[in-house]
Amino acid sequence: MSEDFITFDKNDSLCIIYVTGEVDLSNSSEVRKTILGALKTTPEVVVNLSQVAYIDSSGIAAMVEGLQFANSNGKTFKLSQPSQQVSSILELARLDQVFTIE
Amino acid sequence: MDNLNKKQANNETVIEVSNLVTHYGMRKILDGVDLDVKKGEIRVIMGGSGSGKSTLLWHILGLYQPTKGHIKLLGKDIHKISFNDMLKLKQDIGVSFQSGALFSSMTVGENIALPLREFTNLDENTIRIISRMKLEVVNLGGFHKLMPSQLSGGMIKRAALARSIVMDPKLLFFDEPSAGLDPVVASEIDDLILSLRDTMGMSMVVVTHELDSAFKIADKITVLDKGKNLITGTVEEIKNSDNKRVMDLLQRRSRHDKLDPKDYLKRLTQENYTLS
Repeated sequence: MSEDFITFDKNDSLCIIYVTGEVDLSNSSEVRKTILGALKTTPEVVVNLSQVAYIDSSGIAAMVEGLQFANSNGKTFKLSQPSQQVSSILELARLDQVFTIE
Repeated sequence: MDNLNKKQANNETVIEVSNLVTHYGMRKILDGVDLDVKKGEIRVIMGGSGSGKSTLLWHILGLYQPTKGHIKLLGKDIHKISFNDMLKLKQDIGVSFQSGALFSSMTVGENIALPLREFTNLDENTIRIISRMKLEVVNLGGFHKLMPSQLSGGMIKRAALARSIVMDPKLLFFDEPSAGLDPVVASEIDDLILSLRDTMGMSMVVVTHELDSAFKIADKITVLDKGKNLITGTVEEIKNSDNKRVMDLLQRRSRHDKLDPKDYLKRLTQENYTLS
């Protein structure tokens, strides 16, 4: 996995995290760490998933943990532009009804 | 391929069985079976009782050693790879057994989470989320604290399916996934199998004798008879086959072999008679 599979734009009120390529057991902990780190310092975090070719359950779990943390700490957590593969997995687990998806 | 979603279609062979021969004692159970399953394909294996379909499945899973032949999963010869490579390969394989094979001393949630605890370093919160997510996928959301003995037959099958997909395997194997279920639950299992293929791109081998299920989910069907590959084809090709054995299977007719009076008498009378 290239070192820039996660990039982000950040200001005081918003952090947009861009994830690219494949998210699986080998790198999902990095996604999770980035999301939780951003939520600790920013009131709103958006994860852009438009360039994600594949995401496994550990990657989806990282998103769920982000939402869990945000809801417990008065923060906002959203997903943005999920790719077709990500959308279909979210729908399969009915998580499309749980996340705010832009 | 009838049902295969075009975006998942792929020419990559993920399961390759060549000239598989195996015996139970003196009796030949598989007699030169070949199988070639592509990525994203659902292959149904059918045949009458004793045709060798379950035996073939156990061999593909590496549970039995064949007399002859080769089996490659995801390009790796399962009889030649190292123990460590086999362990890695097993993480890409999910199996849903006919009985469910849930551990009776564990809750449903613990059963589902077991492969994640055995094979990954994920923390407990992530394991909990993934295993409960899989229960949601099989429509058993909220049942994680129940014991297997508290589940119905259909729920056990669904819980077993949840455990088989918890590692997001590339290959998924089913032994009679809808046997003994009422038509509604059986149809739900079929829909789940199709959804998993379409969303995750999993390749699957399904051993079943349920015709309705086979016709609904199969991209291709292989019919075994007396341990041999009788025919492989699409659903339409199987339905339109003029092979007598295939027609008997589709019409659910049992068929005895033509009687050999001398051999029949031997079977009845000889103390040391064995099947050849």
